[in-house]
Amino acid sequence: MTESFNARDWSGQPAYIAPDYKSTPLRGPTKPLIPLPQTLSELTGPVYGQESVTGDDADLTRNGRRNGEPLGERIIVAGRVLDEDGRPVPNTLLEIWQANAAGRYIHNTDQHDAPIDPNFFGGGRCVTDFDGGYRFMTVKPGAYPWPNHHNAWRPNHIHFSLFGPSFVTRLVTQMYFPGDPLLDLDPIFLATPGATRDLLIARFNLELTEPNYALGYVFDIVLRGNSATPMEA
Amino acid sequence: MAKLRQTPSQTVGPYFAYGLAPEQYGYQQNLTSIAGSQMADSETEGEHIRVEGRVFDGAGNPISDALIEIWQADAMGRYSHPADPRGSNSTFKGFGRCGTGTDPQNRFWFDTVKPGQVDAEQAPHLNVIVSMRGMLLHAFTRIYFPGEPANASDKVLNAVPAERRGTLISTRQSNNLYRFDIHMQGDNETVFFDA
Repeated sequence: MTESFNARDWSGQPAYIAPDYKSTPLRGPTKPLIPLPQTLSELTGPVYGQESVTGDDADLTRNGRRNGEPLGERIIVAGRVLDEDGRPVPNTLLEIWQANAAGRYIHNTDQHDAPIDPNFFGGGRCVTDFDGGYRFMTVKPGAYPWPNHHNAWRPNHIHFSLFGPSFVTRLVTQMYFPGDPLLDLDPIFLATPGATRDLLIARFNLELTEPNYALGYVFDIVLRGNSATPMEA
Repeated sequence: MAKLRQTPSQTVGPYFAYGLAPEQYGYQQNLTSIAGSQMADSETEGEHIRVEGRVFDGAGNPISDALIEIWQADAMGRYSHPADPRGSNSTFKGFGRCGTGTDPQNRFWFDTVKPGQVDAEQAPHLNVIVSMRGMLLHAFTRIYFPGEPANASDKVLNAVPAERRGTLISTRQSNNLYRFDIHMQGDNETVFFDA
């Protein structure tokens, strides 16, 4: 097989410089990107499968416990990782991190005046199954203020990091929640073109919801596809 | 024709450390790291090197919350991935990750082996992903090595305007220490790729 991955969909991606998000003007590249031919360096990538996940890595309501359960609204976040043709991406690693229910990250540079939850860590990971499926148990992250502009608040969100099958399919993104009034005010979310913005919002799902236990949200993720052509076709 | 649109990228933000590099930042009691700065151990075949550098913003200030990821071939030029038909038989994985928030000078560093040539058209290189707060999507670059005869015929270097090519070549500080600073902007802006 010779393979090549589809280009980044630039019309659906945020720009490097988005002036309303005030740390972009000094940090995003300004010169034109140089096209890179896809060599073996781009067609390969780090492989992290089931062996990279242990115990409660995918259950954030358990992996940070010290003396009790974390506070907050328990949620299940699950979905499928697909390529652009709708084919599942199996056996790929997802890493997530998020604030606790009060909107506070465990990270020591987060100085927001909201309580740390001694029983919540906020980081986790899992690997997709044969059908591209994944599932996390966690608590709903709180909104929190940030210094971008006066009275700026980040909408509730969970950070996602994925590898996919190659170096060029890597994706780092954020999942948002439906109906959040802060979305329309958030320069990070709004930096995404209108046509693809909704792809960042999870859907509430009653089927996924566990009775008397946790609300279910579905978040499907689409990575760059490839156009594989059999050599002896 | 693709049926689905790619999920858009969003910034890695300032708080990736405990999710993506927990051991480097001291959160190992909750989560182990899948990768770090130590990419090679004493058993790894090849020339052992350290690659280090800083990341500078458009005002020339070092960035303390960048995440640098490296993907590289082993000393024989083989990738540890099923798409490499030669199949690496070493235990060398080839992936490293380092944040710039734990070194007092905001350096990233990787202890690894110098990669071999992947193919005849490419000189030894490290593939790099740069992410940080203030970048809504990551950038791709490459680190090459100084004084490599193969640099002259490398097809990627040759696709870069000559006056910018030098931004992709590390400098040798001592026998096994290479320096590679990343400039996000400015006259000396590092070459970033549309990969």
